[in-house]
Amino acid sequence: MSAISSDLNALIPEFVLALGAMALMMFGVYAGAAWQRIANGAAIALLIATVAVLGILQPHAVAFGGAFIADPFAEFVKILVILGAVLTLFMGESYFERQNLQQFEFSVLVVFSVLGMMLMASAGDFIVLYLGMELQSLALYVLAAFDRDNLRSTEAGLKYFILGALSSGMMLYGISLIYGFAGTLTFTKVAMLVHTGNITIGLIFGLVFLISGLAFKVAAVPFHMWTPDVYEGAPTPITAFFSASPKIAAMALFVRAMIAPFPGAVDQWREVIYLISILSMVLGTVAAIGQANIKRLMAYSSIANMGYILIGLVAGTVQGVEGVLVYLAIYLVTTLGTFACILAMRRSGHMVENIPDLAGLAQTSPGFAFVFAMLMFSLAGIPPLAGFFGKFYVYLAAINAGLYPLAIIGVVVSVPLAFYYLRIVKIMYMDEPAPSFDSTMGWPVASVITGSGIFTLFFVLGAAPLVQSATAAAQALFP
Amino acid sequence: MTVGLTQYLIVAALLFTIGVFGIFVNRKNVIIILMSIELILLSVNINFVAFSVYLGNLTGQVFALFVLTVAAAEAAIGLAILVVYFRNRGTIAVDQINMMKG
Repeated sequence: MSAISSDLNALIPEFVLALGAMALMMFGVYAGAAWQRIANGAAIALLIATVAVLGILQPHAVAFGGAFIADPFAEFVKILVILGAVLTLFMGESYFERQNLQQFEFSVLVVFSVLGMMLMASAGDFIVLYLGMELQSLALYVLAAFDRDNLRSTEAGLKYFILGALSSGMMLYGISLIYGFAGTLTFTKVAMLVHTGNITIGLIFGLVFLISGLAFKVAAVPFHMWTPDVYEGAPTPITAFFSASPKIAAMALFVRAMIAPFPGAVDQWREVIYLISILSMVLGTVAAIGQANIKRLMAYSSIANMGYILIGLVAGTVQGVEGVLVYLAIYLVTTLGTFACILAMRRSGHMVENIPDLAGLAQTSPGFAFVFAMLMFSLAGIPPLAGFFGKFYVYLAAINAGLYPLAIIGVVVSVPLAFYYLRIVKIMYMDEPAPSFDSTMGWPVASVITGSGIFTLFFVLGAAPLVQSATAAAQALFP
Repeated sequence: MTVGLTQYLIVAALLFTIGVFGIFVNRKNVIIILMSIELILLSVNINFVAFSVYLGNLTGQVFALFVLTVAAAEAAIGLAILVVYFRNRGTIAVDQINMMKG
């Protein structure tokens, strides 16, 4: 009895979120139009309550025979994921109001997908890994097709669903082979059974299928095909969410699913991820150069960024994982800030999404243009802005792990990468002004833009606590 | 000849391959893609159950039950998305799903 209750204690934050999400859904169904107006606020309050419970209890335990792991690593990731969801709900409301899409299901689906991501962050077993990932994905498929009378949005949902279901199928096939050749599904037991001496061909097959499935979820080349279409088709606040929370949860899961069960097969998975990382950096950069739609451009930018983050995983050391976590935290704020800017691109009541629409923004609204330019410089990795430190930590880990070619390729690729971010800055500052944007962006979007601007500019002054907690989180993965 | 683990694994691998080819080669109908996805998930289930019996370990069968449940939920969501897509586009031919490219 006491064993069960201590197991359940580790899951209290998830219980709060799950019960709250079901309550939100019931209120939405039965309370009618009055609820519609406060549904978003209630979801934000629920997510903040979950963070508070997580912060106060700090449950550090291995529950249910190793199936659920609540450690500092999971905690760090969960807080980032919830931050991404809160900011999305916060800045998305005015968009849905204007597009006449206000439905309480949006916030409920976001909360359910966050629940799936929390399970992913804590997975200590392939069953929990799969169930968490499906809970997240099923909610995201519906979100992509949320604007259901819009052809682009439904097409995005359909493409995301088909490729997502295929990738979970491949991942499951891999898991079934790992189960057959290792004889267990728990990460710690797999780690005990798989040594350098006894790696069979079946196990390697399983590992490769597992990596393909996970690479799909983080949108790494060659499993990235869905990203540009889904980013372009989905409603903008939902694209912002896609680029933030699910990427973070999937990357954290990727890191844990390689390092926790397969320390004995490190040479095998390192080779595969090495290749994926290089391909993502190169393709994400090259394919972005010709894009005219800024949401598509952000899709390729996220592919390239995932390539950089994977450098940290290839290193496979405490320092590498620390680099991954710092990079993810910085990426979260920068990408959400950029999407807040995209949400503010509205001309006579309509959203505009093309890069030439930004022409001469520095003259029509200088403050907005300045923050947008800072975010672009940060994504390009120019010091002393936040984005530089993310890249710095992963390169450092790669060099200390002796991966000189990978670090050199990363640095070389960041030159064309900088080109396409700087092109946006050039269009904003040097071109003839286009008609100005509507001045009514609303205070939530304005405050997210301001906040992300402050974060990128002054990250260097307040980085220590973030880096320290990332170090503690990374150490939790290496017993 | 007795039917052992190998035979089950071969059947599952064949079903998996047919499923993957069904998704990529098929140019006609999205419904066929949904059927292919089901085929992939069922091949995984054969693997799990066969390994579970071979290893004398119940975990694989438990996983197979979870996979069945999730497959049902996935089919429901897939069909729902397909229906809203059909309402907007008027067709579900695979080569017509091309609003966005590049």
